[in-house]
Amino acid sequence: MKVLVAVKRVVDYNVKVRAKADGSDVDLNNVKMAINPFCEIAVEEAVRLKEAGIATEVIAVSVGDKSCQEQIRTSLALGADRGIQVETGGSVEPLVVAKLLKGVIDKEQPQLVILGKQSIDGDNNQTGQMLGALANMGQGTFASEVVVEDGHVNVTREIDGGLQTVRLTLPAIVTTDLRLNEPRYASLPNIMKAKKKQLDVYTPDDLGVAVTSHLTQVKVEPPAERKAGIKVADVDELVDKLKNEAKVIS
Amino acid sequence: MSTLVIAEHDNSTLKVSTLNTVAAAQAMGADIDILVAGANCGAVATAAAAVLGVGKVLVADNAAYEHQLAENISLLVAEVGAGYDNILAPATPNCKNFLPRVAALLDVAQISDITSVESADTFQRPIYAGNVIATVQSADAKKVITVRTTAYDAAPGEGGSATIESLDAVHDAGLSSFVREEVAVSDRPELTSASVVISGGRGMQNGENFKLLDGIADKLGAAIGASRAAVDAGFVPNDMQVGQTGKIVAPDLYIAVGISGAIQHLAGMKDSKVIVAINKDEDAPIFQVADYGLVADLFEALPELEAKL
Ligand SMILES: Cc1cc2nc3c(=O)[nH]c(=O)nc-3n(C[C@H](O)[C@H](O)[C@H](O)COP(=O)(O)OP(=O)(O)OC[C@H]3O[C@@H](n4cnc5c(N)ncnc54)[C@H](O)[C@@H]3O)c2cc1C
Ligand SMILES: Nc1ncnc2c1ncn2[C@@H]1O[C@H](COP(=O)(O)O)[C@@H](O)[C@H]1O
Repeated sequence: MKVLVAVKRVVDYNVKVRAKADGSDVDLNNVKMAINPFCEIAVEEAVRLKEAGIATEVIAVSVGDKSCQEQIRTSLALGADRGIQVETGGSVEPLVVAKLLKGVIDKEQPQLVILGKQSIDGDNNQTGQMLGALANMGQGTFASEVVVEDGHVNVTREIDGGLQTVRLTLPAIVTTDLRLNEPRYASLPNIMKAKKKQLDVYTPDDLGVAVTSHLTQVKVEPPAERKAGIKVADVDELVDKLKNEAKVIS
Repeated sequence: MSTLVIAEHDNSTLKVSTLNTVAAAQAMGADIDILVAGANCGAVATAAAAVLGVGKVLVADNAAYEHQLAENISLLVAEVGAGYDNILAPATPNCKNFLPRVAALLDVAQISDITSVESADTFQRPIYAGNVIATVQSADAKKVITVRTTAYDAAPGEGGSATIESLDAVHDAGLSSFVREEVAVSDRPELTSASVVISGGRGMQNGENFKLLDGIADKLGAAIGASRAAVDAGFVPNDMQVGQTGKIVAPDLYIAVGISGAIQHLAGMKDSKVIVAINKDEDAPIFQVADYGLVADLFEALPELEAKL
């Protein structure tokens, strides 16, 4: 069984991103970039399926300009077998990413496609679900457990109030949540080996997809600032402030 | 202009998040209908018909929709939504699950988590864990949108008299089936709509110690939340996670206990009206957003706070 994993290049999660002063965009100058944490979990899950003898090949795919090859190499160092970059000028909308991934699915015919539930830059939480609709596949989103049985996958999902398990016919889509696994670190020898693994580059044309834009970012701005608070000396002062100043308790 | 709001419910009760979404729909200034998709969900339809400002409630009552399987619900919403200018749903885990499928079926973008309607085609939404607010304009004729419920006060749930119409269409995609659910029932208010929330972090040390929050929550009528670290460590269930990738809350009072204040956590609670932080590290970043910070050992401060409330 082939497993396709979608990985996105995003700003490292430790970076506090700011809007540029002119509001035209966010300031990403000299900012550390990384693989989206949810995508890292997706790669780990695919590699574990291979180690368990369930997956035969793990393919990491990323949509973006050439710089996203860095995150594909990271995925290869974590254990993916080969990589695909779909070359786009810059970042594209989730619907377009989904269409491009559908194009890759048509070429590769994977049985399982694993994505992150959310990219931590755009906070969209859309691509996996959109891909499910376009490819007419079932989806197990926000996964905390993935169990592949013949012809099916059982996915346990993090939902409001607890957990839900659904059974999907293969091929299917999974999107990862934080509790699915704890990704490993790439070892130095594996990082070296990754440099030699196959990485193919496709254009949207190769996949028969037109890159369109439905949304325009008009401006970006910082969120409303909170006014500075105070430190209270003890519990008595805290209770007094909440009752008499903030008036949020009685 | 017309807007279809998708109801969030559990087949028996209509969730407040639906009312927040109706409020966002009102900000768009369109006629509003509500779609209730579920099984044996008549009571939900009745509740939806009472929401002020709603014209029509469409009910798709069928076993295929009982567990809100995205593959089935999305086909229904795409079909019904074809006749509307806007499709709005609350940004709950359930609606986030199926709505992007709807957008893809209709070949339009989805705009996630809007916090403001600037005009019929322009919206604001937080990106980068809420460190930036983006204004986005949509070129699509049909807008598919999830609404950040904390950004809108609930529309009145009473006083309306919408007509109720049943839909016969049954969509079963045959791609997925429900196996089981493990859902904890709690007497506490829902995290996302409670007026007081008290959350514990890694500093709580274990799940047993979360009991220290119970007495305080009882006295304040609070919901209990947690940081990712507390959930990952298995202290509490996943649905208690507050943050960028968990639940977004904005209560009148948020009390963070033993939580350092990582950006991902702040993303989920920094719009609360009053924030209290209890942490033994006076340099913890949580104090930068706290209106009232108490530098103290939580194991001493919590029992004292409970006693003095
Ligand atoms: C992709 C991604 C998504 C994430 N999403 C979320 C999210 O949605 N929500 C979220 O919360 N996090 C999220 N995180 C994790 C986040 O980055 C932090 O790791 C997490 O919030 C830390 O939790 P914490 O504050 O409980 O733990 P810590 O950072 O370890 O802080 C514990 C705090 O407790 C204090 N403490 C310890 N003992 C005591 C005591 N006896 N009395 C008083 N204080 C004490 C310490 O001083 C410390 O400040 C995400 C991370 C990633 C990478
Ligand atoms: N440019 C991209 N390249 C590859 N995968 C992507 C890209 N954008 C989104 N994805 C996948 O879709 C998931 C959800 O992203 P989003 O819908 O943007 O929140 C990510 O975790 C990735 O797995």
